[in-house]
Amino acid sequence: MEGLLPNLALGFGVALTPLNLLYCFGGVLLGTLIGVLPGIGPVATIAMLLPVTFTLPPVSALIMLAGIYYGAQYGGSTTAILVNLPGESASVVTALDGYKMARQGRAGPALGIAAIGSFFAGCVATVVIALFAPPLAEVALKFGPTEYFSLMVLGLIAATVLAHGSLIKAIAMVLLGLLLGLIGTDVNSGVARYSFGISELSDGIGFVTVAMGMFGIAEIVANLDHKEKRAVFVAKIGSLLPSRKELIYCIPSVLRGTVLGSALGILPGGGALLASFAAYTLEKKAAKPPRNFGNGDIRGVAAPESANNAGAQTSFIPLLTLGIPSNPVMALMIGAMMIQGIAPGPQVMTERPQLFWGMIASMWVGNLMLVVLNLPLIGMWIKLLTVPYRMLYPAILLFCCIGVYSVNNTSFDIYMMCIFAVLGYVCVKLECEPAPLILGFILGPMMEENLRRAMLLSRGDPSVFFTKPISAVLLGIALILLLIVMAPSVKKKREEAFLEA
Amino acid sequence: MKIKAPKDFWAGLMFIAFGVGFMIVARNYAMGTAVRMGPAYFPTVLGGILALIGLAIFAKSFATNGPPVPRFVLRPMTLIIVAIVLFGVFLKPLGLIVCAAILIGLGALGGHEFKSKEVAILYAALVVFSVAVFVKGLGLPIPTCPLFLDDTCRRIGIGM
Repeated sequence: MEGLLPNLALGFGVALTPLNLLYCFGGVLLGTLIGVLPGIGPVATIAMLLPVTFTLPPVSALIMLAGIYYGAQYGGSTTAILVNLPGESASVVTALDGYKMARQGRAGPALGIAAIGSFFAGCVATVVIALFAPPLAEVALKFGPTEYFSLMVLGLIAATVLAHGSLIKAIAMVLLGLLLGLIGTDVNSGVARYSFGISELSDGIGFVTVAMGMFGIAEIVANLDHKEKRAVFVAKIGSLLPSRKELIYCIPSVLRGTVLGSALGILPGGGALLASFAAYTLEKKAAKPPRNFGNGDIRGVAAPESANNAGAQTSFIPLLTLGIPSNPVMALMIGAMMIQGIAPGPQVMTERPQLFWGMIASMWVGNLMLVVLNLPLIGMWIKLLTVPYRMLYPAILLFCCIGVYSVNNTSFDIYMMCIFAVLGYVCVKLECEPAPLILGFILGPMMEENLRRAMLLSRGDPSVFFTKPISAVLLGIALILLLIVMAPSVKKKREEAFLEA
Repeated sequence: MKIKAPKDFWAGLMFIAFGVGFMIVARNYAMGTAVRMGPAYFPTVLGGILALIGLAIFAKSFATNGPPVPRFVLRPMTLIIVAIVLFGVFLKPLGLIVCAAILIGLGALGGHEFKSKEVAILYAALVVFSVAVFVKGLGLPIPTCPLFLDDTCRRIGIGM
């Protein structure tokens, strides 16, 4: 704890250099933009930008990419409130009460409280990361291959349990992702697995290729299934500041949302999406008096908006301390770190403190920028909403193609992207979530490596995973999670919780 | 036997196919032992589990009801995939300026409305932006011009 202030000072020293301020600004601006626009999310955007980050210094690259993620949470709420469409999937629940408020002529206060709540949550989450990440990293440094393998099992199970949709299909998608991740040269034996004699495949399938195919292109095709209907509600927005009465009314909701969001963000599988759903559900139960939810209750905007921003930020904790992604955006951040030659894991904090603390400090700076930026610029974002999707998706197509080509400067990756686009489209139709596949894909090689080492150390005895205490606890938690979710009563509740939105 | 949940039916089949496929191909590699795992070990185990889970999903589709598989809309899918593949094939010989036209033109045809003037303006804006930002600004090594016009392009400053 005693090192906290000097560490944060170091971080702000890094985050406040003009170059990093510029990239932070660029990130949050772009994040808000894609958050506002329905049909493109942070996963596709970050995947498109990954090749570009090659040319940047590592800190600046990560600061910018992080800014896109939490910036998108801000932007998403604007669309949810004004158009009743989630600009970003985490703001689905915001639309419930936010849009009603807009219809009642209270769009201003709804947008205002979303920004204020998000800013408050962002500040708290920054402190949470600074407090919790170092001790967690210290624990993680003691992990051997056995513990790491069990941790990854837990992470993947948690990711499927907390995802929406069918549990068993999510697990199947994880396995498929793990298998696809194994394509390419096996580091131990040098055998090119599943390459079918194609030399490009012996290097493995690029992570960017999979992400862009399944999240970028497949999403475009799925969106084109239906004619777009979008009615922007551009009535008077009025004063953006909620009245003092409304503010006081919202304080408990913002606090509840922030705490819940921060906690859920840390969990593997957590992040902004889960946080906002859970916060809305909790708010309906906890808020007193409960009357107005679904009919324009300002607390129904305040709680999920605080929660999704807090969750977006604290989901960096498992990434920065354990090197394990908790959602697809974090998986992409791992990709970004690898491009820069940084092995994600607990050693990042000790070996590259300026990167670690610089990124954390930049989150606070970025949140401040978002409030200062977004409230006055709201008019511009609304104008953007009137841009039809048919003008938008050709641009996404082009940027995806350019991005995927420039990773290795080969058209082969473009063709692979098409294959994953088709797979992604089929998965959408069969109700199989693509997110678990991406997590499996990034963890596949790491899991195999750790399993091999663990088994080598134990001389082939698999019981080591249950006799080493930390590993046993991790696997135990994974098992309990699975059992809880499969229990009939919880299963029903889980489905309801996701359906309510 | 009647299929009650078509989505699960097809998803189950897909997972079985992937699982078994990965296992079959893995037979070409050394299995190794649990102590020293060969390249086939992990994929064989994973493929087996995937196939079993696929089988469970498949079996479930006869037991519990589920929604039908929504219709596959082929037009946007086909046009967009063809556009991307053409972009990939012709990027090296013809360059970004020509390929972007193919991509955006065909891609836009896959939408619900096609207004040629709008598409032309969009194309022009995107090409200028891409060349300025990606090629000039960030220095990504993307061919911009057709090979046979390389010299001309370089002279007017838009070549690589």
